[in-house]
Amino acid sequence: MSKLKELLTQKILVLDGAMGTMLQRYQFSEEDFQGERFKNWEIPVKGNNDLLSLTQPKAIAEVHKKYFEAGADIVETNTFSGTTIAMADYKMEHLVDELNYESARIAKEVAQKVTLENPEKPRFVAGAMGPTNKTASISPDVNNPGFRAISFDELRIAYKQQALALLKGGVDILLVETVFDTLNAKAALFAIEEIKEEQQIDIPVMLSGTITDASGRTLSGQTAEAFLISVSHIPLLSVGFNCALGAKQLTPHLEVLANRTSAGVSAYPNAGLPNAFGEYDETPKEMASQIEEYLQKNLVNIIGGCCGTTPEHIKAIANVAAKYSPRKLEAPQLI
Amino acid sequence: MNLSTAIEHKHNTETDSNFRPLKLSGLEPLVITPESNFVNVGERTNVAGSRKFLRLIKEEKFDEALAIARDQVEGGAQIIDINMDDGLIDGKEAMVNFLNLIVSEPDISRVPIMIDSSKWEIIEAGLQVVQGKCVVNSISLKEGEEEFLLHAKKIKRYGAAVIVMAFDEVGQADNYDRRIEIAQRSYDLLVKKVNFPPEDIIFDLNIFPVATGMDEHRKNAIDFIEATRWVKENLPYVSVSGGVSNISFSFRGNNTVREAMHSVFLYHAIQAGMNIGIVNPTMLQVYDDIPKDLLEHVEDVMLDRRDDSTERLLEFAETVKNNKSEKNKVDLSWREEALQDRITRALVKGIDTYILEDVEEARQQSEKPIQVIEGHLMTGMNVVGDLFGSGKMFLPQVVKSARVMKKAVAYLLPYIEEEKLKNPPSEDEKSGAGKILMATVKGDVHDIGKNIVSVVLACNNYEIIDLGVMVPPEKIIAEAKDQQVDIIGLSGLITPSLDEMVFLAKEMQRQDFEVPLLIGGATTSKAHTAVKIDAEYQHAVVHVNDASRAVTVVGNLLQKETATKYKTDLKLDYAEFREKFLSRTKKKEYLTIAEARENKFQIDWKAEDIIQPHQLGVQVIEDFELNKLKEFIDWTPFFRSWDLHGKFPEILEDEVVGQQATNLFEDAEKMLTEIIQQQQLKAKAVFGLFPANTVEDDDISVQDPETSAEIIRFRTLRQQLKKYKGKPNFALADFIAPKETEIQDYIGCFCVTTGFGTQELANEFEKNLDDYNSIMVKALADRLAEAFAEYLHWQVRTQNWGYAKDENLSNAELIKESYKGIRPAPGYPACPDHLEKLSIWKLLSVEENIGVKLTESLAMWPAASVSGYYFAHPEARYFGLGKVKPDQVEDFAKRKGITYQEAEKWLSPNLA
Repeated sequence: MSKLKELLTQKILVLDGAMGTMLQRYQFSEEDFQGERFKNWEIPVKGNNDLLSLTQPKAIAEVHKKYFEAGADIVETNTFSGTTIAMADYKMEHLVDELNYESARIAKEVAQKVTLENPEKPRFVAGAMGPTNKTASISPDVNNPGFRAISFDELRIAYKQQALALLKGGVDILLVETVFDTLNAKAALFAIEEIKEEQQIDIPVMLSGTITDASGRTLSGQTAEAFLISVSHIPLLSVGFNCALGAKQLTPHLEVLANRTSAGVSAYPNAGLPNAFGEYDETPKEMASQIEEYLQKNLVNIIGGCCGTTPEHIKAIANVAAKYSPRKLEAPQLI
Repeated sequence: MNLSTAIEHKHNTETDSNFRPLKLSGLEPLVITPESNFVNVGERTNVAGSRKFLRLIKEEKFDEALAIARDQVEGGAQIIDINMDDGLIDGKEAMVNFLNLIVSEPDISRVPIMIDSSKWEIIEAGLQVVQGKCVVNSISLKEGEEEFLLHAKKIKRYGAAVIVMAFDEVGQADNYDRRIEIAQRSYDLLVKKVNFPPEDIIFDLNIFPVATGMDEHRKNAIDFIEATRWVKENLPYVSVSGGVSNISFSFRGNNTVREAMHSVFLYHAIQAGMNIGIVNPTMLQVYDDIPKDLLEHVEDVMLDRRDDSTERLLEFAETVKNNKSEKNKVDLSWREEALQDRITRALVKGIDTYILEDVEEARQQSEKPIQVIEGHLMTGMNVVGDLFGSGKMFLPQVVKSARVMKKAVAYLLPYIEEEKLKNPPSEDEKSGAGKILMATVKGDVHDIGKNIVSVVLACNNYEIIDLGVMVPPEKIIAEAKDQQVDIIGLSGLITPSLDEMVFLAKEMQRQDFEVPLLIGGATTSKAHTAVKIDAEYQHAVVHVNDASRAVTVVGNLLQKETATKYKTDLKLDYAEFREKFLSRTKKKEYLTIAEARENKFQIDWKAEDIIQPHQLGVQVIEDFELNKLKEFIDWTPFFRSWDLHGKFPEILEDEVVGQQATNLFEDAEKMLTEIIQQQQLKAKAVFGLFPANTVEDDDISVQDPETSAEIIRFRTLRQQLKKYKGKPNFALADFIAPKETEIQDYIGCFCVTTGFGTQELANEFEKNLDDYNSIMVKALADRLAEAFAEYLHWQVRTQNWGYAKDENLSNAELIKESYKGIRPAPGYPACPDHLEKLSIWKLLSVEENIGVKLTESLAMWPAASVSGYYFAHPEARYFGLGKVKPDQVEDFAKRKGITYQEAEKWLSPNLA
């Protein structure tokens, strides 16, 4: 923790960009996803990007390497859906330990190699823990508002399994991300706290929510400030937002966090808003200039990209970030 | 009355810049600082404190129980306390159920929740279902330090604040010393051993009744107040709370006195530092409004100022009546507004309390019950949609609106049924209703829009099969087959859902589905639907983004008499939209002709798919019987040539142009009969069927049936616009088997005319200054020529070539081009090159055989003539060439043996 936290006060750390966008470039087929090992799997696995850590590990390592080369200090493991809950879609719940372990190992290996080449700039790996595909506070059935498709304990157990495997694989940070339902995130944080206690270790934790509605709320209805309050009970390396919005739209929500937390503030927005075809088309230059505004306003400590961003985006962002000093962690709090 | 006016005096602490405020959250934040007003906790959702609430929970009347919670929030409660501790109910289950329901009510769950129980398992179950930062009520040292610390640690891990009761192993603190002793010990344990944030600690220092008549209770209020003062001064950042109504327990039944007692107690306790309290805001008098004599008696008791204060208050209490009955503080002035405003408000606010009476009122005002749905309720839902779209409402609120809508509809349904019995729907109306499958696609959890559409459609009598959210495509396909649905509706909000929809459209195509596909959801657009989804599915695809439109769309799609036309129009509309969209997209990219050829349309050539024509070679039809063509006429373009737009025969009934169209049609029929009877026009045709193969990608080599020697080459043009992955770049040559396959294929070409005699007739009319009939005869000749082309194509398909012997299509189906094979015409989208007509003319000796000439600009003369090719392969289809690049123009010129400039001239409309 100390090393990262120290770095956080010295410079703005750069996070990587989208894994999915990069993997799309490989145009992997169903057979490529299956590899030899999952040949003739009972259901199609194309789209299960996490699986590529087992079947196309070279591609995953290549993407990590590209992001490091572009200037990222931290890359995220390819484990967005690495819980038994999300893997149930592909009947691959039993692979969760291996998927997370391997993904972490691949990323760590690349990170160590790149660090060795340039020890001045240490590189880190954040174990990505996605939101799963179920919501603990919203009923999927409009006629039965009291119903829940998933419980806190189910989430806690699934997240714990994922976090343990990620740590075993060597991640430096756990990143609970794309939080659309705060209760899901609280289950993840609970699991992490249990691990910290059981193993007597300290793990830097990053937490990143998602503002989905035009009203500026999370999917489960919380304002940015209420979200922050709801996750501030455990020490966080950083808290922030990612996905759903472009850099521009994210600004007011980051301001809320920056003025109210003593943790670091992170942001990894999409490459703009999707166009009519769901494509993100903000150029690296456009995105970097939006992000420069964050830096001028002194809003962030960690900056990266989500959907639609590429190494070119990260490079542009890293160049801009290098020009500014990070937000002060003991910033006066608005109450 | 609100609390801040009742309690004018705030706790006064020096402003400390390092102050750590107590921060709680529901959907919205609640930050409690020294400057904050007293925070009142709603206490009526407590089975131990409210008999009514207990009864509602026991009887599982959750709607009414929720209404109590809502009333409290609307009445000003900033936190709501929920307690399910009762021997006769399963507390854990009741707590979880009720909290889950509350979480779904954004107007309640916007405030933080206090989870109140004496049982740890109930508290923990509650903590597991609330996303915001709650308050646990309560823990204490009653069972010892170990359990106290264990629970505190868990509470911290769940992210909640905690109320600590002044209670230890010995018992409840009932005097000043015990209160501060337990508070100090609890504080130290929490802060030092568990690292519990001190600002998240709230002490409940036990409010006990005064004026009970027992001496040991005399100091109950003053001890609490003084202990509060000590705690606030000695234990940094904590809050102090308590259940206020206890203080007046001995005056149950005398609300005037009780209200005064609460106010007086709070007045002093707040000054001492109590900042949170469980209070019934309606049981509170404004401190300054308390009559002076009553105030004096009450303060004597509270502050223990006289030995006889209890007796004096008891005596005095007899003289004050319960003169307050004003209870409900909820502002109901909106109930005075106009009916539509009330209904809209109920939907926007998600209030279902009055919706049934309002809907009933609307029903009585309406001619038919269904109109309440289509009118009043839809108007309200549109407002909801607008507010959501503009960010003024958020998701959980919209879900609530949908529920109110549902309730209103449920009420109306029996009336709608009754109406149907009274006025049975006609057969057509009945058959119009159908089964609609609705699903939010795989990977997406958003279903509000889908649910609203479902509800509205269900209200309109359609049977809805709702598969819910995150539905995998296999399931949608399987259910659709199983249930034989009439329409599939897909919804999604996040962008990856768009790809899922495309995927599903492909699957539907692959599995030969024919049912229409509805697309909706926030990220969907007509552009995406037209360009990416419609292109994948041969049947109707409609983008529907609001519920009110869904009803008309579904109606049109399912009503027998309109469906075919509607679907055809839709397909045309989307194709047109797609083309326009693509042509104005800046990013348009082209392939080189070589790349385009790489991406040609691949047919899996099999000899058995190709039928050898019965008669090869050229055949001529002289003087065909016009009468036979009448039934093949497609009248729609006829009206268009008169600038009357609309489909035939519906156009005859059109509100605007119907009369005009009818008159025109009568005149046309009259003239047509005359033309046919007097044989004023001559119909002639020439056509030929030949062995052929594609050579060098884009050329079709036509062979002599006898010698197999090449007699002519057709040069086709290939699409060069860069397509989405998996979409080929077409050329007509793709529909003929390539030479390398060694499969003998065939091609046909034709020219028909009904133009001979037209000019003479027209001249006749013009001489009499009868322009109307002059235009009429030309328009009819054109129609007859098209009809002849249609007729001849049918003849060729079923007889001369004979590849579609069993075809049995109606005229409407012919017009829709439902038949196998195509007959593209040079100069039209698939082959815009007019020069190819020269090849046809040469091959068929058209001019020699039937006299139709080509003008200098390669137009046919007489004008009422049609020429083209025949392609028979089942995969052959119409397409538009689009723009071509110079590399193809050059290649084309070379192949044709003309100069680049000449090729450019003929292809100019298609140059990129």
